[in-house]
Parts: sequence; structure tokens; C-alpha cells
Amino acid sequence: MQKINRDVLIDRAISLLNSGQVSSVLGWRQGEFFYDVTPAVFTDENDIRENFVWNDFCGANFSKYLVSKTKASDGKILVFLKPCDTYSFNQLLTEHRFDREKVYVIGIPCEGMVDTGKLKAQVGDGLVSAQSTEEGLLVTTLYSDEPVNVDIKSVLAERCINCKSKKHVAYDELLGDEGQIEDSDRFDEVARIEAMSPDERFAFWQGELSRCIRCNACRDVCPACTCEKCVFDNPVSGVENKAPVNSFEEKMFHIIRAFHVAGRCTDCGECSRVCPQNIPLHLLNRKFIKDINGFYGEYQAGECVGSRAPLVDYNLEDLEASDVFEGRDTQ
Amino acid sequence: MIRKCSLTKLNDFFAAIAGDKTLYIPASDGAGGAVYKKWDSNTQYLDVLNTVKSPKDFFFPHTEDLMEFKVKGKNIELLDIRQESEDFVVFGVRPCDVKSFDILDRVFLSEPVDSYYASRREHGIIISLACSKPSETCFCTTFDIDPTEPEGDISAWKTDDALYLRANTEKGEALMALVEHLTEECDDAPVVAQKQNVKKILDKLPLAGLKLDVFGKGKTEELFDDPAWDTLSEACLGCGTCTFVCPTCQCYDIKDFDTGNGVIRYRCWDSCMFSEFTKMAHGNPRLTQKERFRQRFMHKLVYYPDNNDGLFSCVGCGRCLAKCPVSMNIAKVMKKLGGEK
Amino acid sequence: MQVNKYRPLIVAFCCNWCSYAGADLAGNNRLNYPADVKIIRVPCSCRVNPSFVLRAFQRGADGVIICGCHPGDCHYTSGNYYTRRRMALLFSMLDYLGIERERTRLEWVSAAEGAKFAATMNDFAEQVAALGENKRLEDLRCKR
Repeated sequence: MQKINRDVLIDRAISLLNSGQVSSVLGWRQGEFFYDVTPAVFTDENDIRENFVWNDFCGANFSKYLVSKTKASDGKILVFLKPCDTYSFNQLLTEHRFDREKVYVIGIPCEGMVDTGKLKAQVGDGLVSAQSTEEGLLVTTLYSDEPVNVDIKSVLAERCINCKSKKHVAYDELLGDEGQIEDSDRFDEVARIEAMSPDERFAFWQGELSRCIRCNACRDVCPACTCEKCVFDNPVSGVENKAPVNSFEEKMFHIIRAFHVAGRCTDCGECSRVCPQNIPLHLLNRKFIKDINGFYGEYQAGECVGSRAPLVDYNLEDLEASDVFEGRDTQ
Repeated sequence: MIRKCSLTKLNDFFAAIAGDKTLYIPASDGAGGAVYKKWDSNTQYLDVLNTVKSPKDFFFPHTEDLMEFKVKGKNIELLDIRQESEDFVVFGVRPCDVKSFDILDRVFLSEPVDSYYASRREHGIIISLACSKPSETCFCTTFDIDPTEPEGDISAWKTDDALYLRANTEKGEALMALVEHLTEECDDAPVVAQKQNVKKILDKLPLAGLKLDVFGKGKTEELFDDPAWDTLSEACLGCGTCTFVCPTCQCYDIKDFDTGNGVIRYRCWDSCMFSEFTKMAHGNPRLTQKERFRQRFMHKLVYYPDNNDGLFSCVGCGRCLAKCPVSMNIAKVMKKLGGEK
Repeated sequence: MQVNKYRPLIVAFCCNWCSYAGADLAGNNRLNYPADVKIIRVPCSCRVNPSFVLRAFQRGADGVIICGCHPGDCHYTSGNYYTRRRMALLFSMLDYLGIERERTRLEWVSAAEGAKFAATMNDFAEQVAALGENKRLEDLRCKR
């Protein structure tokens, strides 16, 4: 259950809208079911009262929308950002992707978002309704006579289980606490893969990446991917392709996608959330983050505005590429 | 006439078919979803409502090599590299997906006939499977599909203890002969009971009342400039998830790959959601995501019916509802344009 | 000489100012290095985009080596420092995906180091030859 009630958000949104301080509100719109929430721009008070939602299914990170929405809007946009979204927000500001003056940020605390796939795996298909309780969700399905009590921890998204920070690093106004940086185990899975033999690692990734259908959702949702024209959409780049034609193409796309955002990825986890094939894409990004932390010192993209990303920076004493594997098993 | 096969003999049933033809069944993809896998004795049948990707892959593969060019001296040699199709059987195709083949047929089998598609269609044998547990995302009944009465070469119903089978075509009859020793004639009472049960669920589905009134033939002018497209498309990321999981999307691109010693011409799925989809020599007529978004739904709900006697190009399988990263989908489009929400 | 001995294809990206001149010097001094090393001259090692490395593997390379000026000697002052970070991360990522780490290398070779160039290439070619053909990052279409 989220700490702040939907009504508090709605009241703030409407009062800012009516006072003329903002001209539109970026928020989550209720869908057909309790879980299919869509990012939306609200400009109407009644629309907000009826359709604005804030619940355990509001996973979408709004930061990237600000790039296009601030361009399209003359007035200020009110945006609600969860702690992890604020890192993306700062990173985009660092890269001068939108005008800070056109945005009013309200930071809202987040208790973690539900992975609908996990929920379905637990209670079965045919989800009808869910009610947030203190410990979790009370879910009814088409096939259960009684509501099923679901422990929230068992259905949280992976990125939320391993939440790196509940601290808001950017806001104009806060609802609730500023929050703390969390102790997370987010690199454990990366370390587990590193500990495998090369053959096992190869088999693991071959298995994961072979499911890729090249829908590009991971790229399109990524707040760090804001190129006007992506290299993978550019026919003269030589790497453009619309399909995973063979296993090389799959690896090429995913290595380069992760590399393009290396040092700028805030680990918001949107790539893995949207993947229709459940490929753990965050494990590629986290590998880069883990390596950067290990090789060049701790760095958290988006922690502050204006920091220099590790790949556009250097030290005279940086480790040599040949020393990357020092201390790790050879094959 | 209905025959039944006890579920304890399901593996023998698969083995009997696979002994004669390549068989594909839904199996786990190792990541919580299902995928059609080629059956061998280690393949475990996964009883799911739907696979992540639709079975259109069998007839209209995600990528397919069409031909190859080799340069020798001053000559270019053209090689036909198509792989000859062999008979294959797909088990467990849901009624919505079976219907999608009809929609694809009208595109690929009308003149000029796509011979690559036609060959696979001829060799494919479909064992459909009636739905016993529809999901909240299902809305096939909107398109007059009866999920309890699937089409296909053989229709199947699965209950707790048996698989009930009925051949609908000659191909189906021939296949039934292969498994005759594993099946027995039976009464259709369990099937009728299942149908009645499912019909009760169908009435309770959240999307049961979805209406098509405002869509169909000749509705282009009324819908094209509807202001709702702006708000409907505002969250769209421009990814291809909806098109690539869709059983009826049929757009493709033909591309050349330079291998260094020749050229492979192949085709692969394309998506009208992609920014470069309509790029041509003169430029790109669809410059914003709104236009691309509108195209996808207008195609399914207006343009396709315009060209195909009013038949809609959606089967209500619900895949896009489940998979869209921003949860924007055809059901929401239909409701909004239909004035419901 | 052994007949039909497997000979790996090596792609060497050499910076124009140091390593390419080093290769020249190796040639002028009649120092042997395998003919299987195909040199691609780049203005600076920093010009090497990670996708170049992957594309080389796609097109049939069995090993890829990037050579640049020694740290501090870059013609453009700092290009090779960026290369160093970039390739460290790329090599580590390829290893993470189970692709043999011995297939990639970054080496600093100055214009005066003809001998080092030849020795490096001999050593790298031997190392890659021991692994055999690149199977994990190949594009089968390019082998038709």
C-alpha cells in the first residue's frame, strides 16, 4: 500500500492547476482493469477527479515524457515523481534534454510497485479487482470464490525488491518524507552470473536473448535513450535492423543498447518492466554500473545535476583494459 | 463425431503425431511465458491460455530468407534458397488465433498469392483447443468468435481428465487416423458441460460488452479526425510490442543483407508504430506518433473491413492488453472512440 | 611448415599517429608478424566505437585488437584515455556474455615500437589461434 493517498495527489494537482501555476498535469490514468494504468496528461479538474490514479501499479517513469511534453506545452507541467524517477529526471537535466523552468515536480514516496506477471503467476489468470491492505493486496479473480490475500513482497517488481534509493534527488515540493538511500542487493545477481563459467554465462545469455522479438520497447521506454534518431533506426548506420535475424543480431542490439546508456543509466529498471519477453535487461545495465563502480569509483547517474558521466571522463591512473579480469578466474 | 483421449495418454498422443510429422506444442519459455516448441519426448505441454507470440509465426515467420545473390566475375547469380515445407502440426491453437489465420489468408492468398506463405499454409495442420479459462483481457466474442467452438483441422476440448477431438477437414481426418489407437468414440456430454461453464464466465468478462458500432466499412471520414486520437496516443512509446505479439498484424519489410560475398534478401516483420515505417524516397508521410498510432487501429477497425467485406482485423486475443508497456490498447481505443469513456 | 593449420583472422584497429606508424616500422625492419592480421587505420584509437569491434566479429574476425598511443602521448591529448575506459567496459561485458576474453585486447604501441608491434601481433595471433574459430559472436550469414 502506498503511503500517500490518491486524494492528496489529486488535491495538490487541482489546486496548482486552478491557481494557474501549472497548465497541465502528468499523471497515471485509470485503465480497464485495476492494473493497466496509462501515463497521461491531465488538464481538466473533473478528469483528474475521475481518472487520476496512484496505487501499487503506477510503475511508469514520467521523466522521459518531459522531453516531448515540455516542448509541446507553453505552460508549466506538474509531474509526480517517485524516488527512482527523480534520478532519471536529473540525468535528463544534466544532458539538457528539457527546460527545468517548465516543470513543477512533486516528489511522492513509493513503497514499491507490483509486477502484474508475478501477481498472475500467484493467483492465476482472470484478475478482476485488487484492494490494497496494510500487508498486501486482496485480489479477486474470475475463478476464485473468495478474494485471495497476497503478500505484497511476493509480487513486487524485481527493481523494487532491490530498490536502490527511496530518496528524492529532485523536487519542488515533497509529499511525505524525502527518503533515504537504501542498502540494496541489486548487484548480487550480476555477481552470480560473473561467478559462472564462460560456457554457463554464454548459455544463460543465449537463452535469455534468444527470446528477444526486437520490439524496441526497452529502448523506447528508457529515459537515457533520448537520441532524436537511434542508430538502430538509421538505415545507413550499418547496424539497423527490424528483427532478430540471428543470434549475432540479438547480442549486437543488446550490447550496444546497454553500452549507449552506460554511465548514464540510473538503474530505474523500466527496460525490464516493459520487456514483453521478460528478458532481465537490467542485468546488462547493472553489469556496466557494477564495473564502473569497481573500476573508476562509485558513481550514481542522476544523483545530482551536472555530474560528469564516467565514459566522458578519465583519470590518468585508470586501470588498463588488460587488468579488467585481474583477480577473476581465467577460463 | 467426437473421440476422446485420456490425459494420461497425452504424451503417447503427441508421440504418435510426432512420429509422422513435426509437431509443435505450447511449452514454457523459461521466463513465465509460453512458446510453441517442437515436440520431443522431453517437451512438457504447458496448459496456458495463450503463448506470448501468436502462432502466426508458423505461416508468416518473424524473419525469412527469400533469395540470395552471388557475384561471380561480372555475373550476378540468383539463388532460390527457400526451404521446402514439410507437413507440420500445431497443437493447442486457441479459437482467436485460429481465426487470425483467416485474416492473414485474405492478405497473403489474394492475388498476387504469396507463395512462401501459401506453401506453409498448405502443409500446416491445426489442432485447435477450446478455451476453458478465459482471461480478463479476452474479448474474442466481440468479433463473433466462439471460444468454446474452435475451428481448425481438428477441434479439441480439454477437460480435467481427457482430450476430446473432432476432425473438421480431410487433413484432420488423416491425422485422427494416426491416433486412432489412443482414442475412443465417446459421448459429447463433458464437452457440452464445459461449454456451458465457459459461457457463464464469458458473460462475466470485464470486456464482454465491447461495442463495434462506430467501426467498420466506410467509417474513415468519421473517425480519422476524431480529437480523441491525440489523448489516446499521447503515452505511446512507438515500440513494436503490440504489433509483434498480435496474431493479425501482417506488415513486413524486405531487406538486403550484405554477407561480404553476396547478398541475402530477407523479409522481416515491421511495425507501423516504428518511426521509419513509412519512410520513402520523398520523405515520411507519418511524422508523429499520433499518426502511426491512428494507422494501426484504423487499419484493424476500418481499412481492413473496407477491403474485406466488413471483417475486422482483430480477434480479441488480448495479447496487446497484457503486453503494452504503457497499457494503451485496442480495447481502450474502441471504448473511447465509441463514446463510452 | 604445417599444412592446413588453422589460421585465425585478426582485425587490428591502429591509430594513425602511433600504432600504424609502429606497424610501418615493423615492416621496414623486416619484422615478422602474421599476415592474418588485417590492419584498419583509424585517426585515433578513440574513434573505435564498440560496435566496430562487434561488427568485426560479425564479419568473421576471430580476434580484435585495438592499438593506440601510450597514455599521455595521444595526438589529440586525451583520446586514448577514453578508449581505455570504453574498451575496459566492453571487454568486461563480452566476458559477462560468455564470449572468450582472449579474443579482445587493447595495447599501446608507439611509432618507435616496431618490435613491440610485431611481438604483440604474434602473441595475440597465437592466443586467438589456441581458442579456434569465433563461434560465440559469429554471424552465420557471413559464412555462406
